[in-house]
Amino acid sequence: MSVIILFEYNTYYKAAVTKFTQNALADLRRQNFFSTAKKGENFELKADLNSEYKERRKDTVKRVIANMTIGKDVSGLFADVVKNMQTDDIELKKLVYLYLINYAKSQPELVILAVNTFVKDTDDPNPLIRALAIRTMGCLRVEEITNYLCEPLRKCLRDDNPYVRKTAAICVAKLYDLNPQLTVDNGFVSTLQEMISDSNPVVVANAVAALSEINDSSSQKGLFNINNNILAKLLAALNESTEWGQICILTTLADYVPVDEKEAETIVERVIPRLQHANASVVLSAVKVFMVYMNNNYITSEKTIQTIVKKMTPPLVTLVSDHSEIQYVALRNINLILQKRNDILNQEIRVFFCKYNDPPYVKLEKLEVMIQLCNEKNIDQVLSEFKEYCNEVDVDFVRRSVRAIGRCAIKLESAAERCVNVLLELISSHINYVLQEAIVVMKDIFRKYPHSYEGVIVNLCKNLESLDEPEAKASLIWIIGEYAEKIDNANELLEFFLENFKEESSMVQLQLITAIVKLFLKKPSQAQDSVQKILQTATQSCDNPDIRDRAYIYWRLLSTNPQATKAVVLAEKPPIESRTKIVSDSLLDELISNIGTLASVYYKPASLFGGRTGDTKIFSTPAEDADADIEGVPGTTIGGVENLLDLDFDDSAPPKSATPPSSAAPKSGMNDLLDLLNDDVPSMGNTMGLSQPTTPSTNVQNDLMNILGSSSNNNSMSSSSILSPQNSGLGGLGGLNMNMMSTPQPQPQKTIMLPANEGKGMEISAVFVKRQNKFFMELTFSNKTAQPLSEIAIQFNKNTYGLVPLAPIGINVIPPNGSKDFTLPLGTNGPVQQMNPPTLLQIAVKNNLGVYYFQHILPTSLFETQSSTPSMPNFSFNNNSSNNNSNNNSGLDGLLI
Amino acid sequence: MVASAIFILDLKGKVLISRNYRGDIPIRKIEKFMPLVLAAEEEEQTLSPILSTEDGVNFLYVKHNNLYLLAMTKKNSNAVTILLFLHKLIEVFKEYFKVLEEESIRDNFVIIYELLDEMMDFGYPQTTESKILQEYITQESHQMEVQVRPPIAVTNAVSWRSEGIKYRKNEVFLDVIESVNLLVNSNGNVLRSEILGAIKMKCFLSGMPELRLGLNDKVMFETAGKTTSSKSKAIEMEDVKFHQCVRLSRFENNRTISFIPPDGEFELMSYRLSTQVKPLIWTEVIVQTHSGSRIEYQIKAKAQFKRRSTANNVTITVPVPEDADTPKFKCSMGSASYAPEKSAIVWTIKQFQGGKEFILRAHFGLPSVKNEDENQKKPPISVKFEIPYFTTSGIQVRYLKVVEKSGYQAFPWVRYITQNGDYHLRMPESVKTAKLSTI
Repeated sequence: MSVIILFEYNTYYKAAVTKFTQNALADLRRQNFFSTAKKGENFELKADLNSEYKERRKDTVKRVIANMTIGKDVSGLFADVVKNMQTDDIELKKLVYLYLINYAKSQPELVILAVNTFVKDTDDPNPLIRALAIRTMGCLRVEEITNYLCEPLRKCLRDDNPYVRKTAAICVAKLYDLNPQLTVDNGFVSTLQEMISDSNPVVVANAVAALSEINDSSSQKGLFNINNNILAKLLAALNESTEWGQICILTTLADYVPVDEKEAETIVERVIPRLQHANASVVLSAVKVFMVYMNNNYITSEKTIQTIVKKMTPPLVTLVSDHSEIQYVALRNINLILQKRNDILNQEIRVFFCKYNDPPYVKLEKLEVMIQLCNEKNIDQVLSEFKEYCNEVDVDFVRRSVRAIGRCAIKLESAAERCVNVLLELISSHINYVLQEAIVVMKDIFRKYPHSYEGVIVNLCKNLESLDEPEAKASLIWIIGEYAEKIDNANELLEFFLENFKEESSMVQLQLITAIVKLFLKKPSQAQDSVQKILQTATQSCDNPDIRDRAYIYWRLLSTNPQATKAVVLAEKPPIESRTKIVSDSLLDELISNIGTLASVYYKPASLFGGRTGDTKIFSTPAEDADADIEGVPGTTIGGVENLLDLDFDDSAPPKSATPPSSAAPKSGMNDLLDLLNDDVPSMGNTMGLSQPTTPSTNVQNDLMNILGSSSNNNSMSSSSILSPQNSGLGGLGGLNMNMMSTPQPQPQKTIMLPANEGKGMEISAVFVKRQNKFFMELTFSNKTAQPLSEIAIQFNKNTYGLVPLAPIGINVIPPNGSKDFTLPLGTNGPVQQMNPPTLLQIAVKNNLGVYYFQHILPTSLFETQSSTPSMPNFSFNNNSSNNNSNNNSGLDGLLI
Repeated sequence: MVASAIFILDLKGKVLISRNYRGDIPIRKIEKFMPLVLAAEEEEQTLSPILSTEDGVNFLYVKHNNLYLLAMTKKNSNAVTILLFLHKLIEVFKEYFKVLEEESIRDNFVIIYELLDEMMDFGYPQTTESKILQEYITQESHQMEVQVRPPIAVTNAVSWRSEGIKYRKNEVFLDVIESVNLLVNSNGNVLRSEILGAIKMKCFLSGMPELRLGLNDKVMFETAGKTTSSKSKAIEMEDVKFHQCVRLSRFENNRTISFIPPDGEFELMSYRLSTQVKPLIWTEVIVQTHSGSRIEYQIKAKAQFKRRSTANNVTITVPVPEDADTPKFKCSMGSASYAPEKSAIVWTIKQFQGGKEFILRAHFGLPSVKNEDENQKKPPISVKFEIPYFTTSGIQVRYLKVVEKSGYQAFPWVRYITQNGDYHLRMPESVKTAKLSTI
């Protein structure tokens, strides 16, 4: 109906235009005389667009497009260009269509005029034109025409010609993007589902692509369901699709949750041959399927895993000889894969040696992989490579190579001495930035192996005057302070820095205060003056509160109890640990299911990008209810609070790799606080850089205030202090330390699930928890009967998440009036069935007296990651902590970072 | 998976042509790209091929001649796919315009728009086979009467070959090309050596021929239960990659390489071996600096392959200090010259027979004022060569069967060649002597 009206309208329009054209031509003839350059080109084009000669019009459209290409505004010619749309000349038609795509948005009311031609073109005998019309209509992105798109689209989806069908399939995704409701209401989504059974592989692949996209962007999950039949079609199409189609299908398979291990094995078997494809993306998508299936325990058979790992290794190596850009993405992903499975590629380290002509971004990634792969056997070779790299000209690369040596020293204790020797050689090379980097690295080595390489300190101190980078200065000052008793002229060395104290960066200032106090505690006679001077300067003329406060603390400590000061300032520090992990485990799990994507390149959760909302799992549904309307499938857990913190601490430019472990050391105020607070709680220094989930910084602040206010508020401390005895006398500081450590961990409470009166005297209370990405059910069985209970067993009904008990109940007998606790590990690889609500879990428990059924609504928080969808990778702490109320981030950022 | 828009920029970041596929990112965001590149350069940071703006727009790009080909997205797109697609664009444009550079973009904007429209839809790559594209996207305008139609191949399972191809003489040319990658450290130890092989085909066959290629593949012999006779040595390929025409599942099952080839030239397969082989052209350099006033090189090159083979066009490039002057050469074979733009000695030997050994002595003056900058570039020695009728791995084409329903007879031709890949030997430290020696 509407089409007919439009047609009439169009006829009218045509008449109007013709009239207009005649006028214009008349105008042109008249005005040609007067036409100035100002009236200009567009005017001329307008005339030519209405020329009576076909060739002329075509050339003019080309000129219009040329102007459009170079960025001139030709939108004013809309009506004149559109008039040329009805033509038999495909090239001209394409040009007009192209014009429409570019300017439709600026002239939405005029686009309507083109609709009729579009609709007509979708009926053209030539499939090329039918496809072109439907493709272009989808690209116009004008709300007004979506309604006119539906009928032609429906027709094209059922076209005889596969070229038209494959184009129409993508068009459904375009329409969904503009108007999801309209798309669903017209049944296009179910048509796409049917198209997966199309006889043509290209159509299948595009239908899969469109469906995945719709499924990803939809708030209502379950628009893409896979049953046995569809799975078979996908696997068949995998062999026949184009390379790009194969990638779509493989991505879908990676998101799919197989019904059981047998099905998973079948999929793996069909995917393995893809590893031989010349297209690197096909290869990496296949690798993704394997990694996800192994990671999620869809595949558990040791034999299959061995086969997969063996098959995967050579193709991964080959990726390193692809185009440099591909190498880059591949290397970033290999790093992730190695963190998950360090058993692959361990024979292949030579492949990752840098070539002289590798682009710098490839070299840096190769360094990372080399560090991951280095071990006792190959360390000599690796070290000699690193040494070689230190001779190159690219400063960034050289610095990273120096750091790499330090990271190897921290990773491999047996090789530490060799690493130190190499560093010494580099220090003697007198290349300034190498020297500075080497000193920073040495500081880490001292933290890891205290008192081991003191002999080299002399060499380091020789270079005192050539340091100009804050981090190198701070590192050397830290070393001097730490080993002040062994360095005869420590006071002179530190005084050298003291001269310019006020001009130094805060990092250096903080270190210098601590170092001088250390020196004073170790050799009071030498540093009497310096300590006085520095504390005075810091408290009186420093604007930075961190520096001032630290000076105050020291001052107060020194004046009240010098012995206690020693215990605090000179206490043993925990050695730093090697950190070969580039991301936290939970983030790693998520990144594994995003292999090959931008998330895997940036090492950021996928949810931080637009579009994808994190969970894209596709579940199997029984064939008969494929069309049933299914409630949302909430996400499996990927990355919780930990990730959020991760992001905050790693806010450098995304392509940069994660901060190396070395930088966890005295870089910041926080670490110095650790120094100060004598943190004998292991791993504190590291976790701060990583993922201590909830450290309310306001507490820190309060306690700092306490200290500054009065030095004796012991009584406010609870007895659960985890301080070591040696500094328990330090009330305020103790409190600070303790408060930082006692992170509030919400402990879920057990609830009674089976009351005694329903369980023939057996009461069950339980709670579901998640630890380290694994699910557990904490159970308490209470026997309210007068007889012992035995033969206890538990079963879950099929459920949305595939939760299954992984072990039998390990309780033999519960004595009368006794109760027993049991922690039941749960898997998520059990049979899946959509429940309503999805969090419903039906449980059956048996004992020697009978069988009992009960059900429980699982807390959604168990499966949630982040319910909010933070806008974009503009990672700010505040954004992401919105639903994480314990992340109280007010003030004192400086201390935390 | 998706790219939002594709751009071609000149080196200054000016947009030459673009296509907006999804319209979810304002097109002007592209203006943020160049500042990112410049900022990284300024801060001496390493620039990676994937950049992102603060508001979450990602740029994935490939540099080619004086152009950037760039894709923009704000979703968690498949980075490998996008980068590969950009490379595919380069490939197709090169097939169309021979050279891809600023000029050819300007001259061919209409056809580039057409190609961009056909090769990607809503950010998903579609048809990227240039042979097939050329059938319906051509540079000549079409006659009104005969409209082009999409070739069946576009949507066929065999999406790379059209039906109805005819040749009077049916021929296939196979080129087995092996590139040797080598890295030797300054002490003369081989750090890494690997062979990257490729089988390239030129197919001039009519109809829809079924081809089967037989190689002396060890794994295939084993699966077939054949024992390898001493005469035909079998080789073990570490990884094999095939053109999409090869049926991968059949290869997985019984190592048969069977396929319907595209028409014309293409790379059928590539393979990789990392077996240690003797470096084919071994080069040793002894450097002597004499009291800072002059420097001497003694370069020894040895061909470590069988006498009956000959390496052609051997070029050995040895780096010298940037401030070296007054070169003097004396060589037992070939010709040597000084290439100041590369700061290197270039020694060329047209024909280098297996087993032979040649020596070049070179002598340079050094300025008396010493170069302060200690950290000079230290590029490695690189060697280029080409050895025909020879493969390092010993790979052999045992047969190439061509079956077409019309039953014609086809003639396969095979050629073997070994060449250098990344063939680098790191420079040894120079020996400092005060003693004078004569050339």
